[in-house]
Amino acid sequence: MNLFQELRFLLDISRSHRIARRYFVTNGFDGALAMLGLTMGFYITDAVAVSTVLNACMGTAIALMMSGLLSAYISEAAERQKELHELEQAMVTNLAHSAHGKAARLIPLLIALVNGGSPFFIALLIISPLWLNQYGVVLPLGPLETSIAVAFGIIFLLGVFLGKISGTFWLWTGLRTLAIAVITGLLILLLQAG
Amino acid sequence: MSRVKRIVLDVLKPHHPNVLEFARTIAEQDSGYRVNITVEAVDEKTETITVTLEGTDIQFEQIGEAIAHMSGSIHSIDEVTVVGESQS
Repeated sequence: MNLFQELRFLLDISRSHRIARRYFVTNGFDGALAMLGLTMGFYITDAVAVSTVLNACMGTAIALMMSGLLSAYISEAAERQKELHELEQAMVTNLAHSAHGKAARLIPLLIALVNGGSPFFIALLIISPLWLNQYGVVLPLGPLETSIAVAFGIIFLLGVFLGKISGTFWLWTGLRTLAIAVITGLLILLLQAG
Repeated sequence: MSRVKRIVLDVLKPHHPNVLEFARTIAEQDSGYRVNITVEAVDEKTETITVTLEGTDIQFEQIGEAIAHMSGSIHSIDEVTVVGESQS
């Protein structure tokens, strides 16, 4: 059994696919909305250097990643140990060297990587126009405007992904999450009006 | 030398992997293995199954390791068929 097959087997016996998928969407959504909030906040603030925006966004992305990694690992490791202990009691044997024992050790790490990685990589995608601008790449819109557009696009895609999972119409779920992003953006714009 | 041709095991296993995956993993230990599993009892977290394995030369140690890897526990060997071969 190669590493990929082994991981698939461990995910299967621990029934962790759904948990990883849920964490990917919920924390990815958090990351996308946080970046949208930051970039829109800077957008309504006059004359902020792109490098300052980039540093603030990277700091937030790293904080989101660390929070996602640690919170998921701590909670999942405790849950998996409890489940393993209950199974060991039912089987009247030590399962430390079995696939279930391995899953109890590895699956929390995997889920933590998904939980911490999804907001981080989504944030990197959203702020990629700011980087491109720093390297002199000419963008069709300004760097902040492009980042905001990417954030809307990713939030829409997360909705589409949710639609695919739930088996409902993908466009409807995509538009629903996009509406949440638009409302968030409008609330931030109200700050400027106030 | 003798060869184990058939073996019937009483095994306790968790619900996951299911019996299909369990049988496949045992069968994959050797190309000639033929596996039949009967579920005898289902509890809250475990299943008691009877594994009937047929092959030309069953490697019991290897089967035991595969079952242990899937968190199964062999409770007893209920039947065996062994064919003896005269040394030449």
